[in-house]
Amino acid sequence: MSDRAWIGWPVYRQLTGDDKLARGKATRSAVTDRLEPRIKNVDRVAKSVCPYCAVGCGQNVYVSNEKVIQIEGDPDSPVSRGRLCPKGSASLQLTTGDAREYKVKYRRAYGTDWEDLDLDKAMDMIADRVIESRRRGWQQEVDGKKTRRTLGFASLGGATLDNEENYLLKKLFTALGAVQVENQARI
Amino acid sequence: MAEAHPVGFQWVMEAKKRGAKIIHVDPRFTRTSAHADVHVPIRAGADIAFVGGIINYVLTNEKYFRDYMLAYTNAATILTDEYADTEDLDGVFSGLDRERRVYEWDSWRYESDAVRPAAGERSPDLTGAQLLQVRRSGRGEAQGSGGAKAEPRPHTDPTLQHPRCVLQILKRHFARYTPQVVAEVAGVPEQLLRQVCELVTENSGPDRTTAFVYSLGWTQHTVGVQYIRTAAILQALLGNMGRPGGGIMALRGHASIQGSTDIPTLFDMLPGYLPMPHQYGNDNLDAYIAAETVEKGFWANTRDYMVSLLKAYWGDAATQDNDFCYGYLPRLTGSHSTYETVLEQLNGRCTGYFLLGQNPAVGSANARMQRLGMASLDWLVVRDFSLIESATWWQNGPEIETGELRTEEIKTEVFFLPAAAHTEKDGSFTNTQRMLQWHHTAVEPAGDSRSDLWFMFHLGRRIRQKLAEAGRGASAPPEGVASADEWNRPVLDLTWDYPVRGPLDEPAAEVVLAEINGWSSDGTPLSSYTQLNADGSTACGCWIYCGVYAGGVNQAARRKPGTEQNWVANEWGWAWPANRRVLYNRASADPDGRPWSQRKALVWWDAGQGKWTGHDVPDFIADRPPDYRPAEDATGVEAISGTDAFIMQADGKAWLFAPAGLVDGPLPAHYEPQESPFVNLLYGQQHNPVREIITHRDNRYQPSGAEPGSDVFPYVTTTYRLTEHHTAGGMSRFLPYLAELQPAFFCEVSPELAAERGLEHAGWATIVTARSAIEARVLVTERMRPLQVGGRVVHQVGLPWHWGPNGLTTGDAANELVHLSLDPNVHIQEDKAMACDIRAGRRPRGPALRDLVREYQQRAGITAQTGTEE
Amino acid sequence: MSTRVAPAFAAGPTDAAGGLDPAARSGYADHPPRMGFFTDTSVCIGCKACEVACKEWNKVPEDGLELTGMSYDNTGSLSASTWRHVAFIEQIVRAGDSRWLMSSDVCKHCTEAACLDVCPTGALMRSEFGTVVIQDDVCNGCGYCVSACPFGVVGRRETDGGAHKCTLCYDRIGDGLTPACAKACPTESIQFGPLDELRERAQGRLRELHDAGTPQARLYGEDPADGVGGAGAFFLLLDEPEVYGLPPDPVVTTRDLPRMWRHVATAAAALAAAALLSGLGQRS
Repeated sequence: MSDRAWIGWPVYRQLTGDDKLARGKATRSAVTDRLEPRIKNVDRVAKSVCPYCAVGCGQNVYVSNEKVIQIEGDPDSPVSRGRLCPKGSASLQLTTGDAREYKVKYRRAYGTDWEDLDLDKAMDMIADRVIESRRRGWQQEVDGKKTRRTLGFASLGGATLDNEENYLLKKLFTALGAVQVENQARI
Repeated sequence: MAEAHPVGFQWVMEAKKRGAKIIHVDPRFTRTSAHADVHVPIRAGADIAFVGGIINYVLTNEKYFRDYMLAYTNAATILTDEYADTEDLDGVFSGLDRERRVYEWDSWRYESDAVRPAAGERSPDLTGAQLLQVRRSGRGEAQGSGGAKAEPRPHTDPTLQHPRCVLQILKRHFARYTPQVVAEVAGVPEQLLRQVCELVTENSGPDRTTAFVYSLGWTQHTVGVQYIRTAAILQALLGNMGRPGGGIMALRGHASIQGSTDIPTLFDMLPGYLPMPHQYGNDNLDAYIAAETVEKGFWANTRDYMVSLLKAYWGDAATQDNDFCYGYLPRLTGSHSTYETVLEQLNGRCTGYFLLGQNPAVGSANARMQRLGMASLDWLVVRDFSLIESATWWQNGPEIETGELRTEEIKTEVFFLPAAAHTEKDGSFTNTQRMLQWHHTAVEPAGDSRSDLWFMFHLGRRIRQKLAEAGRGASAPPEGVASADEWNRPVLDLTWDYPVRGPLDEPAAEVVLAEINGWSSDGTPLSSYTQLNADGSTACGCWIYCGVYAGGVNQAARRKPGTEQNWVANEWGWAWPANRRVLYNRASADPDGRPWSQRKALVWWDAGQGKWTGHDVPDFIADRPPDYRPAEDATGVEAISGTDAFIMQADGKAWLFAPAGLVDGPLPAHYEPQESPFVNLLYGQQHNPVREIITHRDNRYQPSGAEPGSDVFPYVTTTYRLTEHHTAGGMSRFLPYLAELQPAFFCEVSPELAAERGLEHAGWATIVTARSAIEARVLVTERMRPLQVGGRVVHQVGLPWHWGPNGLTTGDAANELVHLSLDPNVHIQEDKAMACDIRAGRRPRGPALRDLVREYQQRAGITAQTGTEE
Repeated sequence: MSTRVAPAFAAGPTDAAGGLDPAARSGYADHPPRMGFFTDTSVCIGCKACEVACKEWNKVPEDGLELTGMSYDNTGSLSASTWRHVAFIEQIVRAGDSRWLMSSDVCKHCTEAACLDVCPTGALMRSEFGTVVIQDDVCNGCGYCVSACPFGVVGRRETDGGAHKCTLCYDRIGDGLTPACAKACPTESIQFGPLDELRERAQGRLRELHDAGTPQARLYGEDPADGVGGAGAFFLLLDEPEVYGLPPDPVVTTRDLPRMWRHVATAAAALAAAALLSGLGQRS
């Protein structure tokens, strides 16, 4: 502590300042004096959209040191005017909380537990399995009429996905001949 | 709406502040009811009767908006004398093939001078079974804007007196929906119905508009589409469509569930509501266009949309000479919905399954059947944030507990791949008002988590690589396929050269958006779907999204603050089609192009400038004057008259009567749910005669109405969401801040039902159907009200459906109870109105659980045939 | 950190001489307007966004996963780890108008704040906005504030031993931002602003509701003459305060303290002087 630091000491301030009751100014700690909202000096704010329901509330995503540190409503949005419901307000916990898994997990046939698996290896295995299921479930014709499709594999999901993701999904699976492509919109 | 869409509900509160009356129709008194002026407790499954009662009031008292109705609906259109109504046939329409459970549409058509109506999708050689297949393939759903075939120039009677004109048909059809009958069927007292009728009609007309808002409470029924049709009829009669403050709004429940319908990850459609080709009648591009195109309006340009899509998919490989690779598309042979997929899994034909942000192990109807389906797979890929139930059923699923499955005997390989969050990727969501909004990457995804864009792109890249490697086993064709080349060409010819960026090789989402938007042959981004051509000179991945990348600018990323623009806020995001915010808004002006009233002005004809203008982007041909009348032989867009406000419809009109497109009737009729304690008091026909039945030992139905055993399941139950949770819980049950707000699965019952069954508040109850039994904590609340239905008291049991065995708050899934009996138009299950029993205490554990269900099945006399009659 | 010199020694005014301007009496000569919350429960939809937004911003931990059976309220009450609490009151009648009252409760930021009066460490502090804030770095977890609060707002958190409550997002409002709860609130049930403006707005809203035939509507915590000198966070209720679990007539528990303190003034002064001297000695 410097020689003059005692001037900042609360009791000194209480006795010498206007806050004789030491309920306010005189009792402020150094931490309090330095207090700032943590979104004040962030590296960037990404414009985003709430991932829960389909109202489409605007979100501001605050990034500091390559971490998302806060997510709040975007006041500019004519849809939501900066407001969020409890789910939207929990977006920070959703995206950065303990519930997130960050590692590929693999359960082999008849296995009793998860195993670790390299992402690259997993992608390769999945590609092989798609090709094999596609072949086994292939129907060039049904009742003598051309169908050139496979019932060998299916997908479910898309309502939480981006349009661009759904587009690639539908494009790839359709080209592979899969027709059992579905999502929550049916459900 | 306050429950499941709280931030959207701010606008209801704004309206209320300005004097709007809020009516809430729901079996339960919810957080929405708390702010409504009128709450209408209704028996779940009786909405067609209720809204039908309002229509009857409107017709009987001539409360319709006559000028609007005459100009913009098919009220004056005359039907052929072949049509027979439910009034004539005790609850069914003409054309019913009872044996095959399918309607022929021909008798529902308009009368006209045409020699023979357009053939529809029915080619002359189609047998009844084949027709059923085509119908099952979702033809009612494709062309979502209602582009089904209809006579473009039917006979009309503007005096509305002709006995076969639609208005007269309508009057006759709805005459039996009297207040007395509505009270008996729906449990809504006559006085309350009267109050609603008066509020709705007083608030409709040139100066005022009324809006309807619905969610899954209307769609999840065996007659779900007809629920919404009923509202459509009422709103068209009252002149509430295409006008500010009017409409029928679907409040959808996922961030981009609208987008996943527009760019469908759905079996029956290609992007932009183009039907997936069917085995019958769609042999080549010409046949497909002939079968799926209408003569008048914007659906007449289907070939432009389809060819441009094929060019987007297959690029240079798609040429005029090879039908633009149309032959590469797989063909449907009926329904391949998610429920039929489960059957394919159980029968061993479907051996692989991708789950992308979806949790059918608890989130899909008949959840046990879903898990049994997954246990029959060879492999399963789950992409999600957390270890949801669909990833762990082999370890801790309910069947492990009952002993039906043993972990070490399950062959399914499971890959769990962590997904990136919305903050970790670029992309667009389409919200519930058809508006695309771009979200920008804030940070890169950590660890192995990746976007689904990354996953799809790199999976495709690997598969293409493997298939391209000649001589490898992978490229050998299956039996019946001439060559590996023929088999793999569609995959290898696919345009799949998206640029990647960053350390993870993330595909550029904007490049995908640009493809969705479309470009001309020199690569210039298109700005409107009217620029699309059928000659291969344009490519467009989704014609209704054309314009979202106009000028090479990502229009979905526009964020001009709402406070800096008009109330329509057209410069925030981008809405399809053509950035129009209110569909069919030509109807906001009168036939002469003037707003019906200044108070309700939205778009209007500016004679000086010779174009339509207004607050919103006009949903009409920009320079087509109100007095334009097409030539006799005009087709397509040219055939749209200056007053044909409903430009996507084959006759330019809003359909009070649907001459085609719906597979279960041209008009809504009240049918009892698949499982109901009541007989149908309106018709001799108990159920929707063409509802989809899935006969399977794991999907037994209960007896209904007067059938013996019906009394084993005397209560009505319905499922719903809570504000604090999200869908099947994958994004809420795992979060401490949301889990603590609703920390237990519960059921809601009235004090009367609690007394009848000895249920204790905050104690446990077991709810039983023919599929399963689940346990829930009990909330005894006056907010659940017993209703008088069919001359007796009916109790309803409320079940929020968010729970499952994993996460911070755990509980049984309501979906264990739900059967698979589907709406025949869209293949959606009937969660929203079922019959059940409820008893005090927890459910049995282990094998005893299935014993209890079997005991109920036996007591109710349930067989494979129960509930399957048409 | 230091102990605080007893109020009587400092001999400042402890009555409502500062009126509704507690910041002025707390040493902030040139301070911004007093800021507060007006919670209009008549438009609360019970979504609990306030509870979550508060926790996300202030990093308040989860507070238990028990089903209470109290309607849709599984939060129960304000506590060290719950700074906004939405109460649900079912008033359902089978014939007539049913009501399901919802109300988001919060620290009242009293004009006469007992928690602040009793805090021996100076952890509780009046801010320049007139709000009452606990300084985590000062709090020693003695818990005096917990029992002093007439509303049961303050709590001690077992995991860190400290007392915690709503800070009215002191860090945010110091930078011109809206507190997290008010920002998230979908229906503007929670309004943040200068207390003067909020009071005026509340009166207008009250008149509106009375005119619209809701005679039960009333303001709570808005009256400077009440037992806590008026609250910095006040409410529009649609029924008696007790119905919402709020004390009907809260009184600052330290109202009689000044008189008591006068009797011990001498002793206190001596102690304080000693503390000052020893403190200086240690810190030099």
